[in-house]
Amino acid sequence: MHVVYPAVVAALLFSIGVYGVLARRNTILVLMSVELMLNAVNLNLVAFDVWLRDVLHSGQVLTLFVIVIAAAEVGIGLAIVLAVFRTRKAIELDRLRELGEP
Amino acid sequence: MSGVGFWPPSVLEVVFLLLGLVAVGSALLVVTTRQLVHAALWLVVCFGALAGCYLVLTAEFVAWVQVLIYVGAVVVLLLFGIMLTRAPIGRSDDLDSGNRVVAAVVAVATAGVLVSVVVGGFQHAYADLRPGAGSAEELGASIFRNWVLPFEALSVLLLAALIGAIVLSRTDIKGRR
Amino acid sequence: MIASLVVVLPFAGAVLGLLLSRYPHGRSPAEDLVANKRAAWFGVVPTALSTALIGWLAWEDTPSTSVLTKIDTGGIAITVGLEVAELSVLTAMLVGVVALAVQVYSVGYMRGESRYPSFSAFISLFTSAMLLVVFAADLLVLYVGWEIMGLCSYLLVGHWWEERANSRAAIKAFLVTRLGDVGFLFGIFVLGFAAGSFRIADIMAADIPDSTLVLATLLLLAGVAGKSAQVPLHTWLPDAMAGPTPISALIHAATMVAAGIFVVARLYVLFPQPTLDVLGVAAAIGMLGAALAAFAQNDLKRVLAYSTISQLAYMAAALAGGARDAAVFHLVTHGAFKALLFLCAGAVIHHVGSNLLGHMGGLRRSTPVTFWTMTIGYAALIGLPPASGFFSKDAILYGLERSSSPIQLLLYGSALLTVGVTGAYATRAWLMTFFGTGKIQALPEPAPGTAHVFDGREAPLSMLWPMGVLAVPALLLGFTDAGEFHLAPAVTALVVALLGAAFVYVIWRGAPERDPARLLGAFRDPCEQVFYVDRLYAAVFVRPVLALARGVVRADDHVVDGAVRSTGRATVGLSGLVRHLQNGNAQLYVTGVLAGVLLIAVGAVVLG
Repeated sequence: MHVVYPAVVAALLFSIGVYGVLARRNTILVLMSVELMLNAVNLNLVAFDVWLRDVLHSGQVLTLFVIVIAAAEVGIGLAIVLAVFRTRKAIELDRLRELGEP
Repeated sequence: MSGVGFWPPSVLEVVFLLLGLVAVGSALLVVTTRQLVHAALWLVVCFGALAGCYLVLTAEFVAWVQVLIYVGAVVVLLLFGIMLTRAPIGRSDDLDSGNRVVAAVVAVATAGVLVSVVVGGFQHAYADLRPGAGSAEELGASIFRNWVLPFEALSVLLLAALIGAIVLSRTDIKGRR
Repeated sequence: MIASLVVVLPFAGAVLGLLLSRYPHGRSPAEDLVANKRAAWFGVVPTALSTALIGWLAWEDTPSTSVLTKIDTGGIAITVGLEVAELSVLTAMLVGVVALAVQVYSVGYMRGESRYPSFSAFISLFTSAMLLVVFAADLLVLYVGWEIMGLCSYLLVGHWWEERANSRAAIKAFLVTRLGDVGFLFGIFVLGFAAGSFRIADIMAADIPDSTLVLATLLLLAGVAGKSAQVPLHTWLPDAMAGPTPISALIHAATMVAAGIFVVARLYVLFPQPTLDVLGVAAAIGMLGAALAAFAQNDLKRVLAYSTISQLAYMAAALAGGARDAAVFHLVTHGAFKALLFLCAGAVIHHVGSNLLGHMGGLRRSTPVTFWTMTIGYAALIGLPPASGFFSKDAILYGLERSSSPIQLLLYGSALLTVGVTGAYATRAWLMTFFGTGKIQALPEPAPGTAHVFDGREAPLSMLWPMGVLAVPALLLGFTDAGEFHLAPAVTALVVALLGAAFVYVIWRGAPERDPARLLGAFRDPCEQVFYVDRLYAAVFVRPVLALARGVVRADDHVVDGAVRSTGRATVGLSGLVRHLQNGNAQLYVTGVLAGVLLIAVGAVVLG
């Protein structure tokens, strides 16, 4: 297996995630895009772990950790989104501008 | 590093590329679809294809964890989030912000930079796939031998996230005044 | 050794007086009284000791030089040392006696004044500085004393600074003398660099080319003219009369203004003929002009101030004519009798409550002591035998008569005319003060700066004693040099002076109520206005400088501050533009961050 294939797939997935984070208004969609970016990283980790035959399996273990952290992140993120929705009645990113210059 | 050429591709490579194509395509649909729920469903497809990729790369345990946690838990959580925020079910035209063009430019530039760097850097790298290298046994031994401390730290992190999520989502807990 | 003690003692008195008079602090009238008493001791005792030591120096009469230390400057070293010579002991004696008299006098004059401690301390400081000038063995050390004197003059003229006119007079005195001092300092530099040393003895021994000497001495002359109130820098002295009368007696009659003459006498061998001619012309104009101005003044202290200018010009003329010893002689006698005159004037003003001659009259009966002492002073000023002025003027006239100076005629003629005018204005002031009918009226509480109202009594004893003591040298000092007496010029001068006096007496006799100055006729106004010199200076120097200052202020406001302000405004405007980016849209921020990261990464790859 050429390492370039998973690497390119990961790069494309990451870029798509970037686009999603920058272009989507809905906060939940932004969270999904973040997941895409994390998965791109995971794919890279796994591919390089396989290629380098790491004795410690650091790539795959870190992938597991990232998955765990991503799960926690989605939990917290959704809690925040729900809290914002309760108080602001909106989760559109470009409508949450209280911190901007008046 | 190795004499293996790009042509003809092996069967595994073909399978991987097909799965990768599915993953990239569904990911594109996730960020472009006009229906919120569809986005979540396309995310399932994307994560499933990625799990397939992990399988091809002999990382079976990671693949199953991916299916269990991402497809099983995260996407379900996201769907709950969509429902709880009373998002419109069906087509809605205002899912993209006015920032779209700039975002596209930045994303394409990122892709260009990353792909060119990756291709330039690993064009001759070849990984010999060895079945069983990512089995549950190997990974489990590795985690509980070498990665115990990060593992424990992660469990604390999960606990903290749990409590944080509860505190954030309950309305009857008031902040100190 | 003794000389340094002489200099340091009044200085210590000044420091103690400033620091300890009010210790522990308090501002109540009772504490004021205690502070004044203590300050009086601090002022009188060191000065008395100092004077006694000077007396001892005079008794010993051995020239000596003591060097405390040599300050290495990298260039020409400064020698901190004192030199005792005949001239310096003589002048120091004058300074010591007058300072002591003034210290005692001001105890009575400034009674109840809450700022008396600083007043007496400044007098002590001044005395110390003047003695430093007199004894200095090094030109830069002399300059230090010279400047401290100027500072003390400023502080003391402005003693009653509550009145605007007084503080203005102080500033004027300071600025005008400073103008001269700049020249003085540069003169010192020129001399020092030409001789390779600042020591006076070295400079006098050095072989300096004539052109350098002319330049250096002309520069020195600027300082001399400033300090000794010579034309054209004389304008500050009459205004300085705003200070308390003891100050006028000490600083602006006897000592500080004489310092200029003293310096010329001290460095006399350095002065080449061209410089002396310049000095002579200025002196010839100054003595006659100031005497005429004195004749027309209505303020007793200003009469005496112009008289001082005139008499100083007299000494300067003697120096210009080559009669150095006569000049020094006159310096000493003038110091004595002019200080006496000022102290008497202070007593008169104290008594009348006004400075103006028009308010005085008939004081002969009510203040006999003042009358007699002041009469001695006037006699000495006019040059009536046997008073001291008679002998010293005679010496100067004799010197001028036989002078080989190219402007001898001018000097001699001017001096003789001045003798006549001096007789006239002295007689006028004397008559208007002590004769005629009394005009004392109940005055309202006087403004600070004039004097206290007294009711018809003689001044207190602490004021009368110094007057009596000073009257002795004013009367008898001339006999110390009587061996040099020459009959012909003395008779000439006496006749001229008596002519002037008699003229005024006749005019006054005709109408005792009216000012004899009317005999000047149409010429009176220019004389009273001192030939409009002040106005000329105001038009030529003061107003352009003020205009320039206003222009600078405006430039500062609009150009410098404007630049600062517009920088601020530009920044605010620019930030107003930039703040539109801070619109609260977090996505925009992230886009910017990522784009930036990309650019940096690409840049690092491409450029690295």
